[in-house]
Amino acid sequence: MTTASTDSTPAVRTTPVETRRWRLSETMQTVLLLLPSIVALAVFVYVFISFTFWVSLSNWRTLKVDLSLREPLFATYGELFAMARWQADLRNTFVFTVFFIAFAVTLGLTLAVMLDRHLAGHHIFRNIFLFPYALSFVVTGVVWRWIFNPETGLNLLFELLGVNYLLAQIGAGPLRPGWITDPTVVAQVNGILATVLPGAESWQVRWGIPLAMIPVAIAATWQLSGFVMALYLGGMATISEEVREAARIDGASEFQIYHRVIIPMLRPVTISVVVILLHVSLKIFDLVYTMAGVGPGFATDVPAIFVFEQMFKATRYNLGSAAAIIMLVLVALVIVPYLASTLKEES
Amino acid sequence: MFGKRTLSTGTLILLLALVMTACVAPQAAPAGEQAAPSGEQAQAGGGKLEVFSWWTSGGEAAALQALFDVYSARYPNVEIINATVAGGGGSAARPVLQTRLAGGDVPDTWQVHPGYELLGQYVEPGYVEPVTSLYQEEGWEAVVPEALRAMMTKDGELYQVTVGVHRGNGFWYNKKLLAENGIEIGATLSVDEFFAIAEQLKAAGVTPLCVGDSGIWASAQLFENTLLGVIGPERYNGLWDGSVRFDEPDVKQAMEVYGRMLDYQNDDHAALSWDQAVKKLMDGGCAFNSMGDWAYGEFVNAGKVDNEDFGWVSHPGTDGSFMIVADGFVLGNGAPNRENTINWLRVIGGKEAQEAFNPLKGSICARTDCDRAKFGPYHNWSMDSFAKDALVPTVVHGSAAPADFQQALNDAVTVFVVDKNVDAFANALVAAAQSSGFGR
Amino acid sequence: MTTAALARKRRRPRWGAYAVWFVLFCMAIVFLMPVYVMIANGLKDAQSVSLQRMWLPPAQLSGANGFVGAWERLSPNLMNSLSMVIPATVLSSLIGAINGYLFAKWRFRGSDIIFTLMLFGFFIPYQSILLPLVRTLQVIGLYGTIPGLVLVHVIYGIPITTLIFRNYFANVPTELLDAARVDGAGVITTFIRVMLPLSIPAFVVVGIFQFTNIWNDFLFGVTVVPNPARQPVTIALNNLSGTFSVEWNVVMAGAVVAALPTAIIYILLGRFFIRGILAGSVKG
Repeated sequence: MTTASTDSTPAVRTTPVETRRWRLSETMQTVLLLLPSIVALAVFVYVFISFTFWVSLSNWRTLKVDLSLREPLFATYGELFAMARWQADLRNTFVFTVFFIAFAVTLGLTLAVMLDRHLAGHHIFRNIFLFPYALSFVVTGVVWRWIFNPETGLNLLFELLGVNYLLAQIGAGPLRPGWITDPTVVAQVNGILATVLPGAESWQVRWGIPLAMIPVAIAATWQLSGFVMALYLGGMATISEEVREAARIDGASEFQIYHRVIIPMLRPVTISVVVILLHVSLKIFDLVYTMAGVGPGFATDVPAIFVFEQMFKATRYNLGSAAAIIMLVLVALVIVPYLASTLKEES
Repeated sequence: MFGKRTLSTGTLILLLALVMTACVAPQAAPAGEQAAPSGEQAQAGGGKLEVFSWWTSGGEAAALQALFDVYSARYPNVEIINATVAGGGGSAARPVLQTRLAGGDVPDTWQVHPGYELLGQYVEPGYVEPVTSLYQEEGWEAVVPEALRAMMTKDGELYQVTVGVHRGNGFWYNKKLLAENGIEIGATLSVDEFFAIAEQLKAAGVTPLCVGDSGIWASAQLFENTLLGVIGPERYNGLWDGSVRFDEPDVKQAMEVYGRMLDYQNDDHAALSWDQAVKKLMDGGCAFNSMGDWAYGEFVNAGKVDNEDFGWVSHPGTDGSFMIVADGFVLGNGAPNRENTINWLRVIGGKEAQEAFNPLKGSICARTDCDRAKFGPYHNWSMDSFAKDALVPTVVHGSAAPADFQQALNDAVTVFVVDKNVDAFANALVAAAQSSGFGR
Repeated sequence: MTTAALARKRRRPRWGAYAVWFVLFCMAIVFLMPVYVMIANGLKDAQSVSLQRMWLPPAQLSGANGFVGAWERLSPNLMNSLSMVIPATVLSSLIGAINGYLFAKWRFRGSDIIFTLMLFGFFIPYQSILLPLVRTLQVIGLYGTIPGLVLVHVIYGIPITTLIFRNYFANVPTELLDAARVDGAGVITTFIRVMLPLSIPAFVVVGIFQFTNIWNDFLFGVTVVPNPARQPVTIALNNLSGTFSVEWNVVMAGAVVAALPTAIIYILLGRFFIRGILAGSVKG
């Protein structure tokens, strides 16, 4: 192991012969330093996940712990995927993730680029954009529920600001969306799916974009885009002025400098951002739970609420655990190939 | 150069730690605000008592404190640990309690609803001990109604001491708004009368019914009340022992009626919590709201006057029934402070504690001999109902059916609110009743 | 490129600056809208909070406004939060820095796989590991204590702090390390002498992230520490709303009160952001 490791150590380009002896022990040092973290996570993540996986295969669905295995072994998973609610959750989490990451990365990066110019008052702006991140999700959910209430909230504001009056002047109808109360699913693809998967047309769950999910994505964006901005600002700080200067001398405009030079250099930051946002979006719970609940017809239900309700309200521990395991598998499907490709690129 | 930089990083961390501590330290008050034993010495042996509940806010917290006060007056040396975890009907408390029970860290006593939640979740796995002897010693069997005792009994043993009872099938209305439309509500309201009034209000541009189902349970409760109103208490009780199926014609008719009621509800129901729906009613945003009598506290807190600003009646068709939403406490099996816990239950089952607790909580005593003068007109009305009406268990608040049925009901309601498909609704509930083990 | 074009380019940023400033200003208003709702309604008394009047400022300031109630009920728990958040943030940042440095600069066979497996821990839905977690803490005797809570936050914080530092250190030129090695510095010495001084911006970002996450955590706090006198502020905040009664003004005000320490950190760290940016430009 140690001899092979010398080839994959990119840290050293010019290798004086005498340090060869050093390098063996350096690898040992590295491993020793990492060991506590590795052991801790092995227990707190992998042993615990194994327990959850076992529970998902068990008969445990009352308050009394019952770890006997269910017959047939994967029956709980079959039950899970047969549930219309779980299907809706998978749809919702997909839609939410796409909207939320797109919104938050775009907005966070835009804010970072604008603030990176050090305009007057930029630190005040930075603090304002970062502030929502300091607030507890539990309460911001409530505020956003008020704001997206179709009878008060934003719609009332539109009314007060004369938006609807203006719309009426140009002959358009009033702007009065149902926001989180709207059970409509637009851009339905059941028909298209039916060409591949027979029977998709008659599924109880309509695959498409549940409109009520968009306000939730907006609220989450509000809360986290400031943090995305901070990450990008942190990243931009590591890019030297010479790089920008060089680009300027080459005749690049400010826009081009960001578009062609700086943003590509921020790729590692973008990876962190996407990983963090993905983690937020897949596990999002408090915000949705207090803001929209499961929503009309499960329009805003998400897997974390499902896991929570099945485990702690319905005491179906096996079903909740199975859902949690599927969430993990989904994460693995997205993260592992991504990590593998970036790691390969780097080395 | 390196040395200097290293120093600055270390200083940064240290400085931050200091600043953060300094900012907050002066305001930090000593935390233990539990009922401290005061003055007089009594016979009690001391030690601790951990009471686990989800009464944290407003009147609920005050009512719980009243129980503590009565207890501390008798047992001043016992230190009460008030372990409260709030959040929407115990949604945050449940994971904690369940995790602690499963982990063997049993609280001395905790808050429960009678009926299935008590018997199925806590008695069946052996997490609680029977308290039948307390009922005998204290003579409670004479004052606690039999139907309520039955909800706390398994194999002849009683397992819970109930402190207060809410009436779940209340129907609240904005009296002034109705008067403006020339409508007056009598002592009872039938389903047909409701729909006639609702139609009239709708024609006049008034939203007839306010619902706040952002946590879906308020709509599930509207269904539960409507179900009781349409099929009556006997058939309703039959649903929970399997003698009545959820797809029988009268049950489906109740679903139909519930669906029609939803046609008269406010557009923003999904964005309101139950209390905001009550507020909306007070502000004239609608005429009716179906809610348990914890809503009464909202009216009083907003300075509204009984029978002047607002009025109440049983949910349409449910006159003669009392939907029990009761709270009580248990004796944890393996409770670290068993003696103190038994004394706690002895205190809270008594008249003194219940007369102190219930006016603050907005509920009535779980015993029929409380002093009526300590309660206002609404609660006297509720006491009459408690004494003579058919007592039925609520499913939405955990008494009538297992937790997984409760979840299935909420899920089915979530779908029904949108698609109004009676057959799908009925089938979902039949399947859920079967998988929960009580349905045929 | 012609000189005229160059001159145009040079002039543009000025106009651009106004435009950017205007956009930032509008964004700030949008961002502050929900904060305004919180503060305005927090300042009202219980009776005058209503959805219909949510955009209006309080008619008059009474002594019964939400902030009074919120402060009274939250301040005892602020200290608990601090005694948990500070050690947990510092420890998980330091561990993350060392790990990130090792994974970025001292790769060995299998290190990428170990890193990936570690990172995976970031994604587990915590509801599903509560039972074994509580058991484990009971066995090692840390259940119900702040150190137990610190341990949990540090361990579950390792994956993300490691990731951020690893990505950050990957940008640091390897030549700097080589130079230190030629001087005879080992793994740890190189970290302390070369990497740590360069890592202020990363510490700021990781610190903000961990501080906020740990500060706002609810699930671990409520499960690991059952005694309310020792619980963090978020649980006290959650306790402001009860089963059947909610004082919305206190809840709104409570959110602002509970967020203040974090907000203060942001404002303080803002300076170090600038310093970090300057350090970055000097470093090259």
